[in-house]
Amino acid sequence: MLAWTIYLSFAGALVEALLPKGKNALARWFALAVAVLGLLHAVGGFIHGMGQGRIVIVDLAWVPSMGIHYLLAADGISRVLVLLTGLAAVAGVLFSWNIEVRTNEFFAFYLALIGGVYGVFLSFDVFLLFVFYEIAIVPKYFLIAIWGSTRREYGAMKLALFSFVGSAMVLIGLLAAYTTSGSHSTSMIDLARAGLPVGFQMWCFPLVFTGFAVLAGMWPFHTWAPTGHVAAPTAASMLLAGVVMKLGAYGCLRVGIWLFPHGLDPWGFSLLGLGSWRDVFALLAVVGIVYGALVALAQTDFKFVIGYSSVSHMGFVLLGLMTLNQIGVTGAVLQMFSHGIIAGLLFAIVGRIVYERTHTRQLAELETMHLGRRLPFAAWAFVIAGMASMGLPGFSGFVAELQVLVGAWMVRPWWTIAAGIGIVVGVAYTWRALQKAFFSDVLPTAHTLEQEHEPTHEFAAITWPEITGVVMLTGVSLFVGLCPRILLDTIEPAVKALLAGGGQ
Amino acid sequence: MNYADLFRATLPETALEIAALLVLVIDLGFLRKTALKTRTAVAALVGVAGCGAALWALQMQGSAGLSYGDSVLLAAGGYIAAAQAGILILTALTLLLLIDSAFTRNAGEYVAIVLMAAAGGLLIAAAQDLLVIFVGLELLSLGLYILTAFAKSSGKSAEAAMKYYLFGGMSAAFLLFGFSYLYGITGSTNLHAILLAVYGWNAYHAAPLLYVAIVLVLTGLGFKVAAVPFHLWAPDTYEGAPAPAAAFIASVSKVASFALLISIATAASHVFDGRQFTAALTATVIPAGAPRPHVYLGFATPWMLILTVFSVASMVLGNLAALAQTSVRRLLAYSAIAHAGYILLGLAFFTYSPLSTNAILYYILTYGLTTIGAFGVVSVVERATGSDKLDSFLGLHKRNPLLAGVLLVLFLSLAGIPPLVGFWAKFNLFVAVLSVGAGPVPFALVALAIAMSAVSLYYYLQVLKRAYVMAAVDESPIKSHPVTLIVLLAIAAAVVVFGCFPVLLQGWIASFYI
Repeated sequence: MLAWTIYLSFAGALVEALLPKGKNALARWFALAVAVLGLLHAVGGFIHGMGQGRIVIVDLAWVPSMGIHYLLAADGISRVLVLLTGLAAVAGVLFSWNIEVRTNEFFAFYLALIGGVYGVFLSFDVFLLFVFYEIAIVPKYFLIAIWGSTRREYGAMKLALFSFVGSAMVLIGLLAAYTTSGSHSTSMIDLARAGLPVGFQMWCFPLVFTGFAVLAGMWPFHTWAPTGHVAAPTAASMLLAGVVMKLGAYGCLRVGIWLFPHGLDPWGFSLLGLGSWRDVFALLAVVGIVYGALVALAQTDFKFVIGYSSVSHMGFVLLGLMTLNQIGVTGAVLQMFSHGIIAGLLFAIVGRIVYERTHTRQLAELETMHLGRRLPFAAWAFVIAGMASMGLPGFSGFVAELQVLVGAWMVRPWWTIAAGIGIVVGVAYTWRALQKAFFSDVLPTAHTLEQEHEPTHEFAAITWPEITGVVMLTGVSLFVGLCPRILLDTIEPAVKALLAGGGQ
Repeated sequence: MNYADLFRATLPETALEIAALLVLVIDLGFLRKTALKTRTAVAALVGVAGCGAALWALQMQGSAGLSYGDSVLLAAGGYIAAAQAGILILTALTLLLLIDSAFTRNAGEYVAIVLMAAAGGLLIAAAQDLLVIFVGLELLSLGLYILTAFAKSSGKSAEAAMKYYLFGGMSAAFLLFGFSYLYGITGSTNLHAILLAVYGWNAYHAAPLLYVAIVLVLTGLGFKVAAVPFHLWAPDTYEGAPAPAAAFIASVSKVASFALLISIATAASHVFDGRQFTAALTATVIPAGAPRPHVYLGFATPWMLILTVFSVASMVLGNLAALAQTSVRRLLAYSAIAHAGYILLGLAFFTYSPLSTNAILYYILTYGLTTIGAFGVVSVVERATGSDKLDSFLGLHKRNPLLAGVLLVLFLSLAGIPPLVGFWAKFNLFVAVLSVGAGPVPFALVALAIAMSAVSLYYYLQVLKRAYVMAAVDESPIKSHPVTLIVLLAIAAAVVVFGCFPVLLQGWIASFYI
């Protein structure tokens, strides 16, 4: 059932590419239909998999001479992330309802990207995973470069090259692992069972982990993220923040931590207080949390605020992974889901609902527009999304970040303290953006007064796709926040099995 | 050896030569009054039929080669047959691209020379003897010089041919000089006999002369595959030659030259890995009690060292220089240099088992296929816009969506993006290198190669960016000849299908070993 998410998306992309030009409405509805079908399959797969461990969907010999399998399977982690992808895909189509230029091509690239993302989350063969991972790079480039805004060609190229360099590091590491293991199968289940030499894991792990973490926005390799997010069209930045960054984090967990469990062992000596790769990456994660939050506080562009907040929130995911304990890693996976929903919502509000009407994202200009009065829907949607992003109880972010912090406390309390600073700053930047963009009391300039007196200058009404998208995403975040068990019950056994290692 | 054997062993080459003569007779004898378009089409189709006949002859020929006494002149079967079949298929594709072009009024001569050059390619792919190698190389090269100069009204074409010819003549001289040393040292012209003799003769002697010979031979062959530092001809030739000729040089000539390098590397590693040879050697050449060298330093080390240097230089310089190009043909030339660098890495770390051979063949055949398609797209764009500059690709997705789609697939494949065939080519090659050479050096080299292919994405995207992203200056549609379009679509489809099902092509290559 879950495998159909991949095939449907790629088939949809192909059909979109072949659709006649100019039939924009058809292209939109078709894309929505494909995305909804994908979501239905994802939900079906999620419900079907409840209470079960890993389910192998299909296992064929793909390249027999190298032992590469076409192995699609799903455990709890995959099922949750596939569900997230389905939700993000539907929301993305809804928020790109206003794409009028080369509409069918837009949705072709969009669905190809979605197909690649589904593929990564369902692959249990390292090279199959890598193939899907790379498939996702090219559509991102074109989505941003063709339909993007601010410095789009620069942002797109930077993102493509960062992704490609990251995946090159991953490929080097995987090739080394493949030739070192001498295994005749590249299925991750077999590789994890066979185990790699400990000394080899120690140097190969950071290569693979860093390669994936580039895409997860790990500081200091995060610089593609804000520029890419800002340059991207709304749907693409929703997907970038919502699911593509999760690809990196998922790779870190599934390939990095599962196949190289000893890569995080202590070195046996300590350098500047760091005694293992675990300390190093946890430090980078914590720096990312605080740095991302502080930089977000200083932004003048609304979208950059959200872009840097993504870096900060992804830091929690990486920190959760580095705890290596049940609660921390579970929190990391839940944070992937939660941030995917919330970041998507924030980007949708900023990029689609606000920017498409005001044509500016500068907070200083938005201040003078009284958006709180003129776009109440956007303002209240942002209030809810902002509360979710700050990690207020009742939203999914709270449960996730709490678990990560508890997990981190059990390992190194100072990680939690430092990350806590990030949360406080997070409240500050969200509050600042909220206030400046929507509820500012700045006196209107003569220019805007003049505009306000013109009765013709009304913002376009909020459309139904926008309302549907916002309701769907806030609903999911609230629902998961109120009864997190529904996801945790699926995630926990999978994390347990993964941390136990040995191809369990 | 008798004439019946000779005829049987050279049946594919003979078929090509007969087709070449047939083309001339038909074109000059019967079609002198007809329109140029018809003449070009007929000549190209006869040429394609000739390739088909040669392919059939190749199937018939089986795996019996041609020997003189106990030394093999022409080998057959296995990787050689696969390379030869590849040469014939790629030649047919470049001929089909000719149908749409109008750079010459002498289509018959053009096709005849292509077929003769292809016959040279078949010879060097099979050759196991220095003299046959040299004759084959000259047959191929002379054809290529003429093909480069074929656009007689274009100054660039003449300039490119002159540069190519001067460099080529020089490198042939180096090669011949190296061959003469090898013969002088070992008293044989057979590759296997030479390497066997070198092994015994040199087991306990330092051999500066042998090193000189290896350097000279590799200079000559490095020129053929456009490895840095013998690459200077490539950008000018790719830029100046008529597009079908450039496609032929970039694909068929590369396949043939790399098949020759595989033959030499196989002969060299044969001495160490092949059971029957080592058994004989240990008995006769190495005195009892003397330690048997684990890795023989006399030949293997300088060979590996020089190839590694070529490889690293080609990867780095090719990729970095391609970043700065504004002409797509020159960009393809530098990317060809870079790809040659990756393949040379596979030759430097070579094993007798089919692992390395198959990886290299897979790479060079798919690269040849992709690059023919790329030149096909360039030639269509060039005819419509009058230039091959990056900016003439502006708005291609509007002007001819199918062509833009083909370009997208081919360039992403060249960059090594899965699931296109270029990814598996690199993947197989790097796996082969890492399984042959363990340790930090091969690992670092593979890491460099992968890092460099990350660099390459940038310049391939520069072209795709113009085709898809940037606004068009001129939005008039670009028309392409239906045959060209079908060939290009078929190539793009092959790149996708072989990429999604890598087993197909691997199985095809393996089928020649039976």
